Amino acid sequence: MSYLHLAIISPLLFSVFIPIFYKKFIRIHTGWFVLPLPILLFIYFLSTIPKITNRQTVTETFNWIPSLGVNFTAKVDGLGLLFALLITGIGALVVFYSIYYLAKEKERLNTFYVYLLLFMGAMLGVVLSDNLIVMYAFWELTSFSSFLLIGYWHEREKSRYGAQKSMLITVFGGLAMLGGIILLYIMTGTFSITEIVAQSGDIFHHSLFLPALICVLLGAFTKSAQFPFYIWLPDAMEAPTPVSAYLHSATMVKAGIYLVARLTPVFGASSVWFWLVAGVGIITLIWGSVFAIRQTDLKGILAFSTVSQLGLIMSLLGVGSAALHYEALSENIFTVAITAAIFHLINHATFKGSLFMAAGIVDHETGTRDIRKLGGLMPFMPITFTISIIGAFSMAGLPPFNGFLSKEMFFTAMVRVTQMDIFNLETLGILFPVIAWVASVFTFIYSMILVFKTFTGKYQPEKLDKKPHEAPLGMLIPPVILISLVVIFGFFPNLLSESLISPAMAAILPSLLNAGGEFVVHISFWHGFTIELFMTLGVILLGITLYKTLPKWKRMYDLVPEKLSLFRFYDRLLEWSQSGSYKVTNKYMTGSIHSYLVYILAFFIFSLTVTLFWKDAFKLDTGNVSSIGIYEWVLAIFVVVGSISILFIKSRMTSIILLGAVGYTVSLFYVLFRAPDLALTQLVIETISVALFLVCFYHLPKLQRYETRMRFKLTNALISVGVGAVVTAIALSAHGNKLFEAISKYYVENTYEKAAGQNMVNVILVDFRGFDTLFEITVLAIASLGIYGMIKLRLNRRKES
Amino acid sequence: MKKTNNIILESAITLLLFFIVLFSVYIFTAGHYYPGGGFIGGLMTAGAIVLLLITYDIKTVQQILPVNYRIITAIGLLFAIGTSAGALFFDVPFLTHVFTHVDLPVLGDISLHTATLFDLGVYFVVVGVTMTIILTIGEDE
Repeated sequence: MSYLHLAIISPLLFSVFIPIFYKKFIRIHTGWFVLPLPILLFIYFLSTIPKITNRQTVTETFNWIPSLGVNFTAKVDGLGLLFALLITGIGALVVFYSIYYLAKEKERLNTFYVYLLLFMGAMLGVVLSDNLIVMYAFWELTSFSSFLLIGYWHEREKSRYGAQKSMLITVFGGLAMLGGIILLYIMTGTFSITEIVAQSGDIFHHSLFLPALICVLLGAFTKSAQFPFYIWLPDAMEAPTPVSAYLHSATMVKAGIYLVARLTPVFGASSVWFWLVAGVGIITLIWGSVFAIRQTDLKGILAFSTVSQLGLIMSLLGVGSAALHYEALSENIFTVAITAAIFHLINHATFKGSLFMAAGIVDHETGTRDIRKLGGLMPFMPITFTISIIGAFSMAGLPPFNGFLSKEMFFTAMVRVTQMDIFNLETLGILFPVIAWVASVFTFIYSMILVFKTFTGKYQPEKLDKKPHEAPLGMLIPPVILISLVVIFGFFPNLLSESLISPAMAAILPSLLNAGGEFVVHISFWHGFTIELFMTLGVILLGITLYKTLPKWKRMYDLVPEKLSLFRFYDRLLEWSQSGSYKVTNKYMTGSIHSYLVYILAFFIFSLTVTLFWKDAFKLDTGNVSSIGIYEWVLAIFVVVGSISILFIKSRMTSIILLGAVGYTVSLFYVLFRAPDLALTQLVIETISVALFLVCFYHLPKLQRYETRMRFKLTNALISVGVGAVVTAIALSAHGNKLFEAISKYYVENTYEKAAGQNMVNVILVDFRGFDTLFEITVLAIASLGIYGMIKLRLNRRKES
Repeated sequence: MKKTNNIILESAITLLLFFIVLFSVYIFTAGHYYPGGGFIGGLMTAGAIVLLLITYDIKTVQQILPVNYRIITAIGLLFAIGTSAGALFFDVPFLTHVFTHVDLPVLGDISLHTATLFDLGVYFVVVGVTMTIILTIGEDE
């Protein structure tokens, strides 16, 4: 266990102490105890930058299940480090913000911070694990902690709905991804990402390559809210705003982006990968930006804008994967897409994080997030206004902020798609820049709505619950830090290019560096009068025109039929699957033990008979059998007569005792066969079970049925005869087939040698097959608690009523 | 169960009970070398208590043996798990048993097994489970 492992799981370990802090120091906001951890982690990861910049990676292995190839291998490379810094850096700011956002008197802070730390640890695990199974485990943990955080105000119906929705969709994707991981394992024989990447050339023509690719992408698309799975993200906005800023814009939703980037070396050369990642990305981009304009909730706009921006990064990664087809690095003009993706990833975290925090401030200080009620807030909250306007301008791609730079690079990448001569891009490639440009116009419009509908226009105090005023200083510091980063990265983008972007690119496109050399990233403002510049100018001009005429064309959205929306489709699907499974379950779960026994025994007969004939296993071997003595005859007759007479007995008590007698006779067989242990066990078991039957039957009402003779029932007769026949056939075949030497020899030889015992049965129970015994007694214990619970609960309920 | 007045059973049980319990303990300890073990021993002890239940009613038995059998089950499981997991502290796989021979002055050569501790867990679980089930169903009115 190295420091790196400790760093990854430290949030999980630390979360154990949160309830103690919460209980012991009730006067101090629990957030103050949490805050140092992400800061320390951030500094720790910062300290690895020099190493990463020198193209080294930090790898530490902790053996977990070596026999299955599942080891906790933590690896810090350019991509992992970038994400780790985002997670801890934004994490620290969000914790700080939440201290002022969540009042310690009203909220259950202990659970909040436990969930938040759970998420932080899980997310670090996702981005720093080199083993796919370990990554998957952390991946699901992020889904769970996201579920808990969205449902944090669980008394609200909408929170529960949103939490469930995100859980269902992301876990569905997660399971698909697990399938993809297993397929990768089948192809390569390893779970290690590093080793899979090394083998990527060999698996390209494997028949499982495509299924694995699609499964993995399902995981990435659901997590990163890509079309058509994005529908969970707008509902996830029910979470407290710090959570939305952290999970649902800066970190968790980027896990899908991370996965796509991480596996680009494996799958990137495929045309399906290119079309799926770039295509879905660009559809998500335009879909999200178009529908963001329709929203009236500030966080709703931000949610759709996040969907759209994630689509943008996704499409860049897809386009960037085409770079793998162009060998020479110096002339490779398509790597710019990857550069843009990483740069925009950072930029998005900064401006979207600050916008979310600003939206939280507006909500906190006015009591509403509805833009129809808001307006004219600029004089009341000037600092929040400044934060919002810089964030929104950066999002819209206006100079001099960082969003402008990455948007320009995005245009460059999209324009260059038209120059590609692979995957039919000569003809279809033109769609990319066109869609990108239209989506940018819409992005511009909703960015303007976000700021100007909230802060300018008519002030409507009558619609607000509180009198608005500027937020406390603590709530302003985190967004101000983020927004200053927006400005700093805008003016000095090359602060990032060598330290973070270039190493991250090396992790995404390692094959291009095989011949040596490295990615030279240089970002500058002015490229001359290029097509990108004119595209941006066009976006601004058309955007302003459309924003001004918004009321005239906004009615267009009413034409979109509500019934056909994906949201409605999800609700229908959920309802339908619930009612459908109810119907199916009610068909066979009748509540009668008789029918359950029929299912079980019929299946027993069916499966065993089929196996017996399929494997041609039935064999009657009369050789090597001992003669049947007088005692065996007597006992056998006793068992047969006893069993048959039970059917004709009228009194319950008599039939129980008769059943016991049959059992005792069977145990006498064991005595004859010289198996004292079995005989003893059977005797005691019979005694106890007869007592148990008596106790149970004592409670049953006197049934009329037992007064008359039982009627003949065909099903029962078939089942009982069938079970008897199958068991007999198997017993005979077991004697007839001697395929290998009996295992008893091993026990005869080793019981005294290895376990120093003389009673083989007991030694098997406690030593050789000790695991079986351990689980059996556990099952027994659970069963007894189950019976206790069922009966006692019923008793209590009856007492209450 | 109903209170019955059963003179023969009531007088016999005072003597029988101890023999049955004693025999069940013997069966348990003999387990490693002769027929027996925790499972049979436990069932036999439970059988003795059931006999007591048949003779007297549940309330009387609860007074004679004021034991919560669910806790007995838990103790048994702890024994079994503890013995199994104890092996991990000596850097050997889970459930590795050890044994040794001790020469005691009166009893002579005695072999000691960790397997017996494990079996003791089985014994407790079996007693606890059987009695929990029978008492729960029996108490239900």
